[in-house]
This record gives sequence, C-alpha cells and structure tokens, in this order.
Amino acid sequence: MCKRYEIEASEITQMVYDLSLKANRILPEGLKKIISTASDREKMPLAKQAFSDILENAKLAEEKSLPICQDCGLAVVFVEIGQDLCVKGGSIEDAINEGVRRAYIDGCLRKSVVKDPLFRRENSGDNTPAVIHWKVCSGSDITITVSPKGMGSENMSRIYMLKPADGAEGVIRSVVEAVKIAGPNPCPPIVLGIGIGGNFETVALAAKKALLKPEGVRHNIPEYAEIEREILKRVNALGIGPGGYGGMTTALDAHIETLPTHIAGMPVAVNICCHALRHAEGTIEGRILDD
Amino acid sequence: MIKHLNTPLSEEDVMELRAGDLVSLSGSILVARDAAHKRLTESISTGEKEPFPIKGEIIFYAGPAPTPPGEVIGPIGPTTSGRMDPYTPFLLERGLRGMIGKGKRSAEVMEAIKKHNAVYFGATGGTAVLLSRSVVSVEKVAYEELGPEAVLRLEIDKMPLVVLADCHGGDIYVSGPEAAVKLFQANI
Repeated sequence: MCKRYEIEASEITQMVYDLSLKANRILPEGLKKIISTASDREKMPLAKQAFSDILENAKLAEEKSLPICQDCGLAVVFVEIGQDLCVKGGSIEDAINEGVRRAYIDGCLRKSVVKDPLFRRENSGDNTPAVIHWKVCSGSDITITVSPKGMGSENMSRIYMLKPADGAEGVIRSVVEAVKIAGPNPCPPIVLGIGIGGNFETVALAAKKALLKPEGVRHNIPEYAEIEREILKRVNALGIGPGGYGGMTTALDAHIETLPTHIAGMPVAVNICCHALRHAEGTIEGRILDD
Repeated sequence: MIKHLNTPLSEEDVMELRAGDLVSLSGSILVARDAAHKRLTESISTGEKEPFPIKGEIIFYAGPAPTPPGEVIGPIGPTTSGRMDPYTPFLLERGLRGMIGKGKRSAEVMEAIKKHNAVYFGATGGTAVLLSRSVVSVEKVAYEELGPEAVLRLEIDKMPLVVLADCHGGDIYVSGPEAAVKLFQANI
C-alpha cells in the first residue's frame, strides 16, 4: 500500500506570505553578484551612476524591509506538489492567494491587479489573484517559488512563431530584435528568459521558468550554452546600457529553456525581466499519516 | 557635474539643459500616471475646470507603494512614460514644463518638448527606495479613489535625475547607446 502524507493549508499560506515579503525586499545573492561584476566593468559615466544607484537601492530595501521597486508586480507562483501529499483545511489555491493577500497588505507592497482587463479596470485591492503554475510530481513535498514580476519589462516581452529552418540564427536574431525594440523601457540591465519549442502557450511559460535558472550559469547542453553566450554578446553590443543611458551591459544574463515541439514549428518566447529579478523559494515536507 | 535646480523651472532653466546632464531637483512636483492623465485630459477637453493647474508644473509618472509606518512615502520610481504619450502634447501645449519618467517617447511628444521648451527627465527604473529618500512631504491633490494612481503633490529635496530629452532635440536614448557602440568598436 502506498503511504500518504499531509500538511495544513495554513502552512502553505504562511510560506507564501513569507516568500512574497522576502522576494519583494531582498534581491537574490547571485543576482547582486552579477550586477556588481557588470558595474565594475562599466566604462560610461551615466551607466556607472545607474549601477551604483541600483546596488544602493537594493541595500536600502533590504535594510529597511521595503520593496525594492514600487511595482511589486503580479505575484507569479510556481507550485510543485508531490502526488502523495494531501492538503487539509482548505484548497491549495485559496491558501496561496491568502498568503499573497496578507503579504501585500501587511508588507505595504503595491497592489497592481485589476479584475477586468478592458473596461472597468478596478483594482482588486490585495494583489490577488496570483498567477499560479502547477506541476504535480512524485513524492510528498510541496515546493513553492514566488516571483513578483513588474509590467514594465513584461510589456516588452514577445513571442515569435519561428519555423525549423530559421535555426539557431533565427532564435538569436529574434531575441536581439526584441531587446532592440524594448530599448530603455524594461528597466535595463535586463535578464532574458528564452523559451524554445512547445507551442503557443507553453513556450511563454518556458521563457518565464528560464528566468528562474541560477544566475550566471550557462545551459548544460553546449549548443544551447553557446546560443546564450552569443545572445549576450550581440545584445550587449547594442549599447543600450543601464537605464538605457548607453553602456556596456544591456543584459546581465540569458537563459534558455527548451520543450519538445511539432515537426513543423519552432516557437520562441522572449520574456524580458528588469534588473530586479525577484524570487524566493521554499519547501514543506508532508507529515506521514498514521493509518 | 550635477546641476542643482529648484521648481518652478523657468523657460531659461530648461533651455540650459542638455540630454545626459545629471540634475538634482528640489521643490514641488506632481505625481500622475495612466488613469489620472485620462481623467485630466477628458475634463479639460470637455471644458470643465482643471482639477489642478498644469502651467509650469513637472509631472512625475509614478505610482508609489503604500507608505509604511514612520515613512514619508513608500518606494516611488518612474513608470514607463510611453503610456502617457497620447495625452502629453495636449498638456505641454497648456504649459506643462517637464516630466519625470523612463523610456522612449513618441515622435509627437519629442516634437512638443522642442516646441514648448519643456524637458523630459529620467529617474533610473528600479531605484524606488533611493528616490523616496528625497521626498520631504506628500499631499493628495485629486482622484483619491484611484488608489496608487491618485494625483499627488510632492516636496522633494535633491532628487537625482538625468535629462533624457532636452528642448534642443537632444535624446540620451539615441546619443548614449551610440557613444557606447563607438566605445565597443574602439575596444575591438
């Protein structure tokens, strides 16, 4: 007989609450490191100033427990739940939204969600609903990543329905084009999440997941790692620089996430993120049920 | 070198500025973004009285995070200015002196900046905590029901800004990257 495990919905709420506050206030260490490295390399004076402001801002936010950016984003939540886990005392979805709601209210985080996108555009008042992505896996744990994503960079993201013959060069050109069009708008220096493969809806999610890969680490398949390097080289040669003021670093990092796709297609999604790529992760292990 | 300026900015002040100048701005400015621009433009166009005078003002495109206890204001940084482009030439015509934001403007806005001797300042996106340090006081001016989109008046002390576009046609988003590309080519 298979073993069963349980957790309380309230534990999920607490974890989402903690992660929402942490992600909004504390920039991940790895990201701070690549920003510092880029700052040291920078030669243009205005860009140098922008880098120094960005690092000072991150330090102040952490010290004073304030959100790094006034745009505390849509709360994007990735959930990986073990199939042997049973959640007691409410639905997981409600538990996650409750964590987001309390964190955005208690933490003085800006509420940026409007319920109707076209006509009423009335603020929901608590930054819910969160954007939740589910993955069921084996095991008895639940792992949650909260990644608040601002709209300035989201608005400059793009999907290209490339064809197989477009090849690696087609992928690189699409990404460079997206960054060129975005210019100063997405708050450069940016991070690029690139989805390749899948179909129209899954490629965008792959691009978003790519943003969460470890900072400064290239793809484990050499050909893809090479594309990431080439993208960084060509994007940085655009000279857009921090704040768009002109500089050596336009993109801090670029990550590719691939998916199996159809014989006739090669979708590419470019999810652009500003330099404040905020995310925090946590895991709760299920407790074994006695019976 | 940083230029220290106080609001209200005179036409002469603005004419001295060049894209790429670092400016430390003090005095009184307005905060308004998407919904407030729509409402303001609609009410002026339909002949209603302006809810606040626009002449000589500087508008900061921003929507701050809520104010935490003990702070003057929550983190406040620029939002993408391009969304305000449809309303901006109309406001510049009515005497708006300057804007603070981030990102590219439309050709119509760039033209209106030249025509009306205005200035487009930038604050670095994603430095909202740092920028909030220069806010001395906050007052609600209009459209309180818009929440983070309400119109505010801020007293600021030495807010660090960059001139993005000047009234002589200078545009840092063009000249900055061009200079960077030249630097790259010189290093190859």
